[in-house]
Amino acid sequence: MTAGPNNTATPSAAAAKVSLRGVTKAFGNNVVLRDFSLDVSAGEVVSLIGASGSGKTTVLRCINLLEQIDDGAVLLDGDEISSVGRDPNPVRRRVGIVFQSFNLFPHMSVARNITLALTEVLGQTTDAARDRASELLRRFGLSEKADVYPDQLSGGQQQRVAIIRALAMKPEVLLLDEITSALDPELVGEVLDVVRELKGSGITMLIATHEMAFAREISDRVCFLHGGTIAEVGAPSELFGAPRDERTKQFLRRVRM
Amino acid sequence: MVLAAVIVLVPRMPRWDRVKKSFFDVEQMRDSLPRLIDAFWLDVKIFAWTTPAIFVLALLIALARNSRSPALFPVRAFAAVYTDVMRGVPVILWIYLVGFGVPGLGLERPYNSPLLWGSVALAMTYSGYVAEVFRAGIASVHESQRAAARSLGLSSWQTMRFVVLPQAVRRVVPPLLNDLVSLQKDVALVSLIGPIEILRQANIDKAKFANFTPFIVAALIFLAVTIPLTRLTDYLWHRQQRRTTGTRVAA
Repeated sequence: MTAGPNNTATPSAAAAKVSLRGVTKAFGNNVVLRDFSLDVSAGEVVSLIGASGSGKTTVLRCINLLEQIDDGAVLLDGDEISSVGRDPNPVRRRVGIVFQSFNLFPHMSVARNITLALTEVLGQTTDAARDRASELLRRFGLSEKADVYPDQLSGGQQQRVAIIRALAMKPEVLLLDEITSALDPELVGEVLDVVRELKGSGITMLIATHEMAFAREISDRVCFLHGGTIAEVGAPSELFGAPRDERTKQFLRRVRM
Repeated sequence: MVLAAVIVLVPRMPRWDRVKKSFFDVEQMRDSLPRLIDAFWLDVKIFAWTTPAIFVLALLIALARNSRSPALFPVRAFAAVYTDVMRGVPVILWIYLVGFGVPGLGLERPYNSPLLWGSVALAMTYSGYVAEVFRAGIASVHESQRAAARSLGLSSWQTMRFVVLPQAVRRVVPPLLNDLVSLQKDVALVSLIGPIEILRQANIDKAKFANFTPFIVAALIFLAVTIPLTRLTDYLWHRQQRRTTGTRVAA
């Protein structure tokens, strides 16, 4: 393992829930992450902001092991999960991800979307899984949609189901990958409300987002990504209120207009 | 218009009476029909037992070709060669080779039946085609579906079984039915190595009565089965188009 320079002086790596150490990831000649380091402590909510192509999504996909990193290390509770040849499935049970395009299974009912991994991965009985699904659907106001198919739902409802599907596994870490980018503006609120409700429940969240107001409101820390590294990181009030890095200032000027 | 012209004009052609006698002899039709229907029953049976074999084989080949693990390279290579060879050689050649060749090895009854090995040859060739249909279906399921399934902790096999395959198979129902229509006709090729199915029976009748009407009757029997199957394929295809493409552009 090659530990890169730790350019984010935040909670000590040992106590970190999720830790990226000098992670490099390239797709062909396109280097998406360069020597990327970040520590996130348990229960912390960290937002990743930055232009398209700055590497936000790739950071999340590397933590969930959907991408194999080229160099560096990804740690979960101090345990190196990115080693080559390691079974990714136990890690994925502990780290949930919600995608920009929902990615619900279109041939399954809402309830089955939620219970599939519960029965097949966690080995729960159909009844137990179904109870868990109903409980979560009720909590997020989707009870009457249990037996409906995804394409009969609005985008906002689909994304809420996708969040529930990830939550049903009781993950320790939840990765949210631009979860409102594919939604009509009037549907964004209902999805963000779900995330607001999750904050403080002890779950660790990494959020890649273009919703600056939301990032400011919900995050403990905000990272501004540029060219595959963290250009600036800090509390939302600092980063949005008094950005130090020139690139951050430029970016914020552009998105605020 | 064209049809009317044919109906009106053709019987006025010179020597129409000869044509009529040779191809459309009503007496001959009456005589041959029961025998041909009996013989067609064998075609139906061959069709019925090769179809499941084809689907199972084709699915295995398609899964082998879609495997991703580097260690499974030999499996992928075998599957690729299999589809190439099965599709690259004429069906009739496989039927001769396997249907005549294998019983010729001196196997015991009932394992030396040309009927059995002719059916095996059909299953082999058709599984090559159907495997490609399945493969296209599997490839058409978006990568993000796999990502979602894997991110929940499902193994690659569970992802295939619960998420990818059910969507893939639904999408390829129309092309699969198309292959079945084609198989339904190619079953007649087995007649070339001996079994008396409808085409062979028609040939026997033709030779006996020096009349081509039995072939016409056989053709009509085939059409009676393939046309409804084709219409069903069209219907399913249109239904799928409606479901997946949403709004249609006005003509």
